[in-house]
Amino acid sequence: MAYSEKVIDHYKEPRNVGSLDKNNTNVGTGLVGAPECGDVMKLQIQVNPETNEIVDAKFKTFGCGSAIASSSLATEWVKGKSIDQAMSIQNTQIVEELSLPPVKIHCSVLAEDAIKAAISDYKSRRED
Amino acid sequence: MKLPIYLDYNATTPVDPKVVETMMPFFTESFGNAASRNHSFGWQVEKVVEDARESIGNAIGAGGKEIVFTSGATESDNLAILGVANFYQKKGKHIITSPIEHKAVIDPCHALEQQGYEITFLNVEKNGCIDLNQLADSIRDDTILVSLMAGNNEIGTLNPLKEIGEITREKGVLFHTDATQGVGKIPIDVEEMKIDLLSMSAHKMYGPKGMGALYVRRKKPRVRLSPIMFGGGHERGMRSGTLNVTGIVGFAKALELSMDEMASEAERLTGLRQRLFERLTSELDYIFLNGHPTERLPNNLNLSFGYVEGESLMMGVSELAVSSGSACTSASLEPSYVLRALGVGDDLAHSSIRFGMGRFTTVEEVDYAAEQMISAVKRLREMSPLYEMVQEGVDLSTVKWSSH
Repeated sequence: MAYSEKVIDHYKEPRNVGSLDKNNTNVGTGLVGAPECGDVMKLQIQVNPETNEIVDAKFKTFGCGSAIASSSLATEWVKGKSIDQAMSIQNTQIVEELSLPPVKIHCSVLAEDAIKAAISDYKSRRED
Repeated sequence: MKLPIYLDYNATTPVDPKVVETMMPFFTESFGNAASRNHSFGWQVEKVVEDARESIGNAIGAGGKEIVFTSGATESDNLAILGVANFYQKKGKHIITSPIEHKAVIDPCHALEQQGYEITFLNVEKNGCIDLNQLADSIRDDTILVSLMAGNNEIGTLNPLKEIGEITREKGVLFHTDATQGVGKIPIDVEEMKIDLLSMSAHKMYGPKGMGALYVRRKKPRVRLSPIMFGGGHERGMRSGTLNVTGIVGFAKALELSMDEMASEAERLTGLRQRLFERLTSELDYIFLNGHPTERLPNNLNLSFGYVEGESLMMGVSELAVSSGSACTSASLEPSYVLRALGVGDDLAHSSIRFGMGRFTTVEEVDYAAEQMISAVKRLREMSPLYEMVQEGVDLSTVKWSSH
């Protein structure tokens, strides 16, 4: 299978690989997917509680090149956005940006899920 | 050292230049149809074909008259299974095989199920071995065929052909083996192993693609087959179609070369396999061997690299031609059915890589491959959430995953 140049770029030089302190109340962690399915994404956001702006984002992904690229791109996109803006990111935008073939669409769905899971985790931790 | 490095010899092999040389005259000069009985063009190639037939038969302990030429092992498997099933249906409609056979065996069996045949799939152990007692117990009065491969194409595990042959012969049931990965690599003798039908393919042994054969036993017992290809009655009516003379000549030469160096080559490849395994395991943790540690094809190494997905790993070693049991390499999104049948977890099936070494593989290439693999696995583990969790002491089986 041939990969798009953007997928290869993100695979070779993934943006924002790493972890944030999951115990920090300003950090939200999304862990989606399953090892049995061949992809697991962990996406973390750090939010400024005053402005609701996402000031940092990190990811770690177990999955194919397209899954790595999708999550790498997702961290790039959420950084600097408000959490409301980040909530509106659609998987189809990721598909378009990375030119993902139909068989890899689930990777983009997972990245969207990871963003939403991280935001929801952040919100629930603020409420506690 | 030339890049990229080919390490997928279980998929196919390059044609040996000596084989190409042998084939050349039969494209242009000696181009006759082996079935042309009334002129010298036909007689000339008929003689060449019969010599090749004899030589291929002798390599597996058979006679030339027991060799039926086909287009490859897929056709040979289909002919053996469908041909026996059809011919012996009055005797019974029960066939025994295993869930890790090649699809060229499994799919004809499933097709027969639709026609009222019953198929028993034997259990396989984690290392790919079958249970001989279960095989013996599964044979019934209406069993007509047992089909078990010589060496598994994915995980390399060898079946005990001699022991299987003892059981089938004693019970009066025909024994077919798909020896695509075995012939020319490991000693196979149809007399000693009591094999009744055997499939082989030229392109796995440095011969041309599109060329194969089915050994069909002529006596004690005489095996009968219904053809699946009809036409001019070639191959004693078992497989019609003009003989692929160039392919046959190349096949015979390729097998001859493989047989000449089989013992030394098996030893050399086993050494390379061990070298690769030791290099990798000395630098990386969480490596799991798929298949049997010793009872395996000399040239096959199948490993799961824990917490790293196979396709992304192959992307990271773009100068190596290897294959993966990961779902992402197939359109189906299902991981390897062979690894699943062994009870390898889907997570580790997604992490599997098959290395196939061969005639032109060097120590230098193996060392380079090991280095590339080590750095790719390390890099991907740096970005693997699973590896991180395991390092933190999390038991992944207790995590509630959101499957999709």
